[in-house]
Formats: sequence, structure tokens, C-alpha cells
Amino acid sequence: MNMHQRILRLLRQKNLVIGGSFVAIIVLMAIFAPLIAPFDPVSDADLMRSEMRPDGTFIFGTDTHGRDVFSRVVYGARISLSVGLITQIINTFIGVSLGLLAGYWGGKTDDMIMGLTNIMLSIPVVVFALAIMASLGPGLINLYIALGLTNWSYSCRITRAQVLSAKKADYVKAAHSLGYGHIRIMFGQIMPNILGPVLVITTLGAAEAILLEAALSFLGLGAQPPTPSWGGMLSSARNQFFTAPWLSIFPGLAIFVTVLALNLFGDGLRDILDPRNKAKNVGSKPK
Amino acid sequence: MHRFILKRLLQFIPTVIGVTLIIFLLLNLVPGNAALSSAGRLELDPEVVAQLRKDFELDKPVIVRYVNYLGRLAQGDMGKSMLRRYDVSEVVFGRLGATLKLACAALAIALIVGIPIGFISALKQGTWLDIGLAVVSVAGVSIPQFWLGILLMYVFSYMFNILPTSGYGGGAFSNLILPALTLGVGYAALLARITRAAVIEVLAADYVRTARAKGLSALAINLRHVMRNSFVLILTTSALLFGSLMGQTVVVERVFSWPGVGSLLVESIFQRDIPVAQGCLLLIIMVFLIVNLVVDILYRVINPRIDFK
Repeated sequence: MNMHQRILRLLRQKNLVIGGSFVAIIVLMAIFAPLIAPFDPVSDADLMRSEMRPDGTFIFGTDTHGRDVFSRVVYGARISLSVGLITQIINTFIGVSLGLLAGYWGGKTDDMIMGLTNIMLSIPVVVFALAIMASLGPGLINLYIALGLTNWSYSCRITRAQVLSAKKADYVKAAHSLGYGHIRIMFGQIMPNILGPVLVITTLGAAEAILLEAALSFLGLGAQPPTPSWGGMLSSARNQFFTAPWLSIFPGLAIFVTVLALNLFGDGLRDILDPRNKAKNVGSKPK
Repeated sequence: MHRFILKRLLQFIPTVIGVTLIIFLLLNLVPGNAALSSAGRLELDPEVVAQLRKDFELDKPVIVRYVNYLGRLAQGDMGKSMLRRYDVSEVVFGRLGATLKLACAALAIALIVGIPIGFISALKQGTWLDIGLAVVSVAGVSIPQFWLGILLMYVFSYMFNILPTSGYGGGAFSNLILPALTLGVGYAALLARITRAAVIEVLAADYVRTARAKGLSALAINLRHVMRNSFVLILTTSALLFGSLMGQTVVVERVFSWPGVGSLLVESIFQRDIPVAQGCLLLIIMVFLIVNLVVDILYRVINPRIDFK
């Protein structure tokens, strides 16, 4: 093994380590936001200090209402992470349940579920979320619903594929002959074996959901002011980004770092969990 | 071959019906939505509200309305705007050109930048170059597009003042550059990652080993075997990416005040103009479905080995 390969291997592990540490830092930032933020993100407004440049007191500057941008960015982590978490819980629940049903029962059930999944795949996620927002109206709760209901097709397909191969496995046949019920086999025997790939999809899906929330909030459809959400902050700063660029730079940077951390973490997880990839990474490649 | 094309065309119909059904139900089932809410906001008198309900068939059951809608849709009629009473099909199709121009320019950037980067990374697998490109592409996938757009605007329009900030500029090329870059960068990064994986897989295939054993030069192997075989996978993925790209135009159009279907969609959502929103949504989805249909059939023509179940 030469130097480059060794470093590449380390870097692969590093994906997980770097991504994971950043995710941990952002989670801690969200939990301990009241301890970290020097000002209240909403009520500490003072028009006397409107749109001040970053300095010693206001390290990210102040916004139009004189609120501390740093405090708002810290609290914004709560919204973004909750979007990632809640939408992925809904997505994964729908995707895994439908995938289990389709794969385990097959036949008509399978045809119907896969038909629905194919239609879902033929509507771009942003467009689907916009359709739901058009019907429910703007707001953070509606955004959770919109993003939670639209992006489950991948976990459904992966679960189904895993179930189909697990069904032929010996441990499932053994469970059948022991007289286990369908539900017990599905959740007790098959489910633990599909957790790995689903976890990867969930992590990458959380990154995607955070990006989408930011984009839809930027359009004005997400959390409404004065709620400190990163996308919403960027939306309010739209008309000031030539005169007060710090209003746009820091919230955007926060989104970027969070999504990057989750993507790295997801990539790292996949390298560890996907046996096909693992075989590829060991370096059996002919020279 | 003809049977395949016919079958694929027949599969297309239920998908379109399914999509229209989902969109129609989403926009028309939720109560307090349609005419009532827009009329309520405008404080119209009850007679006008009743007329509105009748004009837009709100007094009929949803299923009846859907069937009528589908019938009109088949004739190319998307209804009338609730607020301004213009013909939805006319206005929405009028905006399609700008959106397609933006989407195609972004796709071109993604293909021209992404594929070579992925190719080089795969051929130089494990080198510093590969590592560097991997870092760049994961960053490219993670950057919020609209934020990138704002930054590009700040640098090129405000600091250096060499490109227009926003607008269509009557179709000027200089107006297209920033929106297309904004939309294209993320997809270039994504395509680079996909290409890298596809090429690595092809490199490990038996026919490549055979070609090496035959003593073919590296260049000949890469051009004749690796490139051709990985292209199929890359192009299928690009067709899928086009859907997500069409969706993202909505956001980018908003950043750059680009007069396409996406900005009309966002306006109509804020105004609760359901027929317009519905028309925009369907048009965006239909473009994506048709692109995928054409690409699917093209593959079959190019590469008859592929077995579509």
C-alpha cells in the first residue's frame, strides 16, 4: 500500500470523523443556544444599532432591526436541525413501511406501492413540496409536512430491494419454520438488516431537507419573521445584500457548513456500511 | 424495438394521469383554499363569490371537477387565472422558453464541467488530484444554490460590475451567465461524483482487463471502452438530474428575477391563484417526464442490449 492510498483511506475515515464532529458541534449549538447566544434572537431589537458591521460585540453584525446576527444564527440551528430530524422521521417511516409491505407481500400490493413510488419519483421534490405549500400556505409546520411527505421514494425502494433479498436468506426461512408471524419476521428479523442502508439515506436526506427548507424559506414560504431561521434570514436580507452583506453571508455559511457536515457524515457511513463499496476500497484493483 | 417504444408510450399515460391527479387533489381538496379565501381577502360581496364559485366549478364535487379538468387539459386548456382572468396555458407556455433556456444552459455547464472532472478523478484514483476534486465536489453539492447566486451577484455585479445583477435583459447572453452558473455548479459537482463512480466500475470490468491484456494503449482503452460504456450510466443519471434541475429553476429564477415558469409559480402561490399554480406545476413536471421518455427510448435505440423489464 503506497502513501496515497493510505492517505485516501484515512480521508475516508476522516469523512466520518470530520462530518460527525461538525454535526455534533451544530447539535450542541442548537441545544445550548441560550447559553451561547449573547443576545435574545428576537426581542433584543434596537433600531439605534441597525445594520452595524461585524465588530467586537456583534461578531456577525446586526440586522435591520438591530438584532445580533450571531445570536440569530445560533438559534437558527434549532430550526434547521429540527427540519432535518422531523422530515427524516416522517420520510423514513413512510418509506420503510411501504418498502417492507411491497417487498414482503409482493403481488398486487407490490405493484400498487411501486406504481405510487414511480409517480413520486417523476415529480421533482422541490416541485412537489411547492405544490403542498401552495395548498397549505406558508409556514414552518406546513414545511415540515411538505418535506416529510415528498422524499420517501429512495428509502422505499432500498427497503424493498433489501427485503426481497432477505426473504431468500436462511435466517428468514428458519424464522418461518419456527412458526413466527409475518409482523414478527418483518420487524424482528428483516428490519435490523436493512437499517444500515436506510441510515445512510436518512443522513443524506436530512442534508437535502435542510437545503430545501432554506430554499423554500428564502422564497418566503417557510418560518415567518421574526423566527430566526437561516433561510428566512437570507430572505429578509434580500434587499440589503449590497449594503449589508454580513446579513446574507453568515446565515448562508451556516447552512453550507451544516449540509456539508451531514453529507460528509453520510458518505463516511456509506463507506463503512456498504459492503460493495468496502470491497472496492480495499484496493483489489489490478495494476 | 417498436414494441418497446409502444410499451413505453403506454406506460407514459398512467403516469401523467397519476401526476395530474395528485397535483389536482393537493391544490383543490384543502378547504378554505380556492376562490373563497381569495375572495374573502378581497372582501367581495356574496353575489360575486357565488359567481366565482360557479365560474370555477367550486360548487361541484372534486371528482367531477377533476374529470372536467382532465378533459380540458387534453385540449391544451389549463383554465383561467382566478385573479386576472387571463388564459393560463397562454401565459404559462409563454414563460416556458426562459425556463428551458436557463435549465439547458445549466445542464450544459454541469455536463461540460462535471463529466471531465469525474473522469479525471476516476483515472487518477487515489492521487492528490482525486482527493482535491472530491473535496471540491462535496462542497459543490452542499452549497445552497440561492446563496451561491447571491455571492456571485455580489462579486460579479457589485464589486467588479461586469455582469448584470438580474432580469432577462431581452434575452441577452450576459444576463444568462450568472443564473446558469448558480444552477449549474451543484449539478456539475453531483455529476462529477456520479461519473467517478461509474468509470471506476467500468475500469474493473472484464472487457477492460481483456483490452489491457491485448496490449491496447491506455488512451485507446479509455476512449473506446471506458468512456463509451460509462456514458450510458452517466446519461441516464443526467436525465434524472434534469427533473431536479427543472425544480431548482424555481428558486434560481426568484434570485435573479428571471421571467420563467418558476417565478410565476411562486407569485401564484403567494396570490393563491390555484389555476395558475396548477398550470406551472404540471408544465414543469411534464417537461421532465417527456425528457425522460425521450432519453429512455434513445437508449434503447443506441444500446439494444439494455433490458428494460
